[in-house]
Amino acid sequence: MFQTGEGASLGTEAMPLHRSLGLTDEAMLGLYAKMTLTRALDDRLWALNRQGKAPLVASCQGVEAASLGVGLAAKEDGDCFLFPYYRDMALKLVFGITPMELVIGHLGKEGDSFNGGRQFLLQGASTDRPMIQTSNVVGSNLCQSVGYAIGCKILGEKTVTLVSFGDGGSSQGECHEAMNFAGVHKAPVVFVCYNNRLAISVPQEKQMAIKDLADRAAGYGFPGRVVDGTDLLEVYQNVKAAIERAREESGGPTFLEMKVERLRPHTSDDDDTRYRSAEDLEASKGRDPLVKLRSYLTNIGVLTTSQEERIRGEAREEVNRATEEAEKAEPPDPSTLMRHVYSP
Amino acid sequence: MTVKSVIEAVREAMREEMVADSRVMTLGEDVGARGGVFLATQGFVEEFGERRVIDTPLAEASIAGIALGLAFKGLRPIAEIQFSDFWWYAANQIIGEAARVCYGSNGVLPAPMVVRIPYGGGVRGGLFHSQNIESYLYNTPGLKVIAPSNPYDAKGLLKAAIRDNNPVVCLEHKKTYRGVRGEVPDGEYTLPIGVADVKREGADVTVISYGLALHYCLAAAEMMEDEGVSVEVLDLRTLRPLDKEGILASVRKTAKALIVHEANTTGGVGAEVSAIIGEEAFEDLDAPIMRLCGPDVPTMPFASTLEDAYMLNADKIRDALQKLAAY
Repeated sequence: MFQTGEGASLGTEAMPLHRSLGLTDEAMLGLYAKMTLTRALDDRLWALNRQGKAPLVASCQGVEAASLGVGLAAKEDGDCFLFPYYRDMALKLVFGITPMELVIGHLGKEGDSFNGGRQFLLQGASTDRPMIQTSNVVGSNLCQSVGYAIGCKILGEKTVTLVSFGDGGSSQGECHEAMNFAGVHKAPVVFVCYNNRLAISVPQEKQMAIKDLADRAAGYGFPGRVVDGTDLLEVYQNVKAAIERAREESGGPTFLEMKVERLRPHTSDDDDTRYRSAEDLEASKGRDPLVKLRSYLTNIGVLTTSQEERIRGEAREEVNRATEEAEKAEPPDPSTLMRHVYSP
Repeated sequence: MTVKSVIEAVREAMREEMVADSRVMTLGEDVGARGGVFLATQGFVEEFGERRVIDTPLAEASIAGIALGLAFKGLRPIAEIQFSDFWWYAANQIIGEAARVCYGSNGVLPAPMVVRIPYGGGVRGGLFHSQNIESYLYNTPGLKVIAPSNPYDAKGLLKAAIRDNNPVVCLEHKKTYRGVRGEVPDGEYTLPIGVADVKREGADVTVISYGLALHYCLAAAEMMEDEGVSVEVLDLRTLRPLDKEGILASVRKTAKALIVHEANTTGGVGAEVSAIIGEEAFEDLDAPIMRLCGPDVPTMPFASTLEDAYMLNADKIRDALQKLAAY
């Protein structure tokens, strides 16, 4: 169940894995549509940056299956609270954030539902969604999420908190402090680390002396799992199990290391040709989560060519609609500058 | 009224709020069985249990970050940083995160948390048990900073801080914990954050201070009285937001201002107070604004001769007041 690698969780032709996990063919098509939409939106945001309209874009290409799988498991559970990070677009779409909100967030227009045009893309809070993403100081959300989880426990609530971060964030001292504290208190929290092996330009071997970040969990007294983060179903299974464990009386935290890819430069401001070989990028593209899900669904006959075309067409239309609406929105009124420095 | 020490007032403020509101809780190093190294939480774990009184690992960033997460969940955490000298690890969560979250979420997400930090010198603590950190805190929008000087203010302000919907840092001067005693009402009360207090009325010179130094100012004012100079002593009590009106009212009355604090001179609270007076009460002044603040060395040193050279006392303040009065 916790294996890693190509095709590890594909199931058999007679009983495809998704059905044994309780996911219908229809649900899988819905998830494929969501991932297709995520990709189309990401492409559009990159284009909006190149057009000079979106000041900064952090692409989520390569993380979609992991982020979608986390979102799916959390959404299905129905009682999870999220501390996501900046490449979690798929997760946000699962939790009902609309493409229009995502484009507005990137353009810094009026009507941004997370921060009123004060921060990068969907940082801030929308507690009814329910998620908090205070900043892009990587690793800062870890201790906060553990505090939130301990708060749920103090109040006798069954909510499980999920926090995501990258391999870069895992190097922060606060990551150690958060995991240690969570271990001591058996906090109902799931640590989701998206390891794309690059902290901007610094490769994994210069960030840590170990191959698998999941190994660190043992030092904090809870399980760590290596997960193929490009495989939606493997992610879903593992997150679901971790949420269940978090909630058990004798359970507590799980560390999930999602081996993901980075198919674009770090952000729209980055030039990855300065540090990344063409071969390495090609290898990453060979593990494209969208292609992987498409192959899986096509091979078992759940996704046909005509359905694929329809899904792509719908995604394109939705992205067009979202872009048009967002571009029509006004920028925030300068008079709002001084608002909300303090809470009443 | 009962006479209490500052540490007793601090303990009483927290205890009363924890009794009144089950969301209020505390966390920090040694706050459990040990009752805190200064005994601020003595008896708490026995009374409120380990869920509301959390002994933490020795890791300040997580103490602050976990407090912030608890606040997000709707609890009212009081984090104790054992000594100001160790707070730097927590700066990311307090200044970087907590102070920005209400603004950064467009008002959606408040951060109702208190961080209590014992600070200050004159206790032979050397470079790493004496630091004055207020300059690094008071210029942060989104944060409130209180620095009470006596038991009455400490209790009233800390209770207000616990009920406040914003992150509040409570700076408690270590030397006042047991060194300063005063009357505290037996009944329930709070004091408004952001309001200075005239601790001694006077007509000729205003001395503006807070924390331990305030008491040296009061002693110096007494000496000046004998010399025929009437000194008004203004206790800022809150460093952010500063009580502009209170400062200006006193300075307009006396036309002379001396600002006294233990923290380094450069960029200290005194610099801001001076700017406020200069900008808004220039024409009311009869003398240049003066500061008597900590010399610009990293912290007061350990050796008694060096520490004494750094630290304020009533004589040094009297000398400065004489100079200002004679101007």
